[in-house]
Amino acid sequence: MTTSMPFLLSALVAVWATFMVVTRAVAIHALLYLVVALLALACVFDVLGAPFAAILEVIVYAGAIMVLFVFVVMMLNLGRPDRLRENSWIAPRGWIGPGLLAALLLAALADALVVAAPDGGPIAVIDTRQVGLALYGPYVLMVELASFLLLAGLVSAFRIGRHIRGEDAP
Amino acid sequence: MTPPPLLVIATTLVVLLGLATMLTWAERRLLGLWQDRYGPNRVGPGGLFQAVADGIKILFKQDWIPPFADRPVFVLAPAIGMMTVLLAFGVIPVTALWSIAGDLNIGLLFVFATMGLGVYSVVLAGWASNSKYALLGGMRAAAQMMSYEVFMGLSTLGVVMTAGSFGLRDIVQAQAGLWFVIPQCLGCVVFLLAGIAETHRLPFDLPEGENELGAGFHTEYSGMKFGMFFLSEYAGIVLVSALVTTLYLGGWQGPVLPPALWFAAKTGALVCLFILLRAALPRPRYDQLMALGWKVLLPLSLLNIVATGAVLLLRAPG
Repeated sequence: MTTSMPFLLSALVAVWATFMVVTRAVAIHALLYLVVALLALACVFDVLGAPFAAILEVIVYAGAIMVLFVFVVMMLNLGRPDRLRENSWIAPRGWIGPGLLAALLLAALADALVVAAPDGGPIAVIDTRQVGLALYGPYVLMVELASFLLLAGLVSAFRIGRHIRGEDAP
Repeated sequence: MTPPPLLVIATTLVVLLGLATMLTWAERRLLGLWQDRYGPNRVGPGGLFQAVADGIKILFKQDWIPPFADRPVFVLAPAIGMMTVLLAFGVIPVTALWSIAGDLNIGLLFVFATMGLGVYSVVLAGWASNSKYALLGGMRAAAQMMSYEVFMGLSTLGVVMTAGSFGLRDIVQAQAGLWFVIPQCLGCVVFLLAGIAETHRLPFDLPEGENELGAGFHTEYSGMKFGMFFLSEYAGIVLVSALVTTLYLGGWQGPVLPPALWFAAKTGALVCLFILLRAALPRPRYDQLMALGWKVLLPLSLLNIVATGAVLLLRAPG
């Protein structure tokens, strides 16, 4: 059964933290709630029997990508004016339309979940070895494509970051 | 027989916090020894109670939060630092039986996850202080720790490939015949260097370089909040030493002496090495630190992975 207590708790934390992300006016606070949401998601993964995915979620998203986000926001040096402007953007009136749409989506999702999978079925724990074998077995093409993409990103970042003699500094 | 988990957890906490506290004294005494002076030697036998005196003093100091700081984050930052370091100890096997979760099959990854989260402590402290020195220290810390985490992870892959597991207990047990420090000496050196940078200890303590940044990310901290940063730094040293012991020096394995003693002796020797490095080496410039990481350590650890993989394939039966 997937509706165990740890699952419900971490799912609840994830939803609550995500809600807080949207409603915070201070960018760093929002990012911190996003980190909490990612950690809660990692817990969900672990409860669902994917410890490797859970730990990667923590290392890659919470530990690396979010640190970079925080890093960038830190350098922007946002102050009180930005906070006030941000507050004016999240006025209650702006919530009505998106709230209705999201409620519709939620209803559709709940319906799909109840109809399609009334019971989560037994949980099989996927260990690291199985993930590795899957990545370099049936999914090897995806892995290679993803690494092409990363390499392209790396090369272009290098090109943008390099100071070229004779060109004006950007 | 395995000891009850609560007992292990309580013992780990008490020993670790006590050790971190006593290290503040031990470090000053050892530095004194190597620099031909005394160090703190007045309180108690050999100055042993200096740490207690410092603790009492720091608890009674005014705990001041600057009015310009972001209060919740300011308070949260030192707690994150302490918590992540303590969490990482959960997967370190002191002996085959004595560990909280030494048999966790993703133990090593768990350590990296907690270390990755530990970066937040320093970064948030720098940001929440809302002061230029602290912000610069926090930025340096973020860039340095993020970069060195990459090599730290890559340098241990050789060990993982040889042992065939991410579990720290399995890794120690795979070293029964030969400690990994010999076949993986390159990885061990890279790991140790990355560990120093990760705990931002001298010579890699640029985030708190006092000649240019005041005290870096914890400039605005006082009282026990500063003490928490201090203690988590020492706990971090113990953690990295324990990790090197586990990954490269055969963990609890050794002749004659009981396993726990071997583990303690190896970890203790590495902690002393950390302190000796502080006494012996000057601090590099920040760009030198980053260049060393990306231009030397990264290629070296990649080379180590390729070489290890090749040797393992050649040796594989069939």
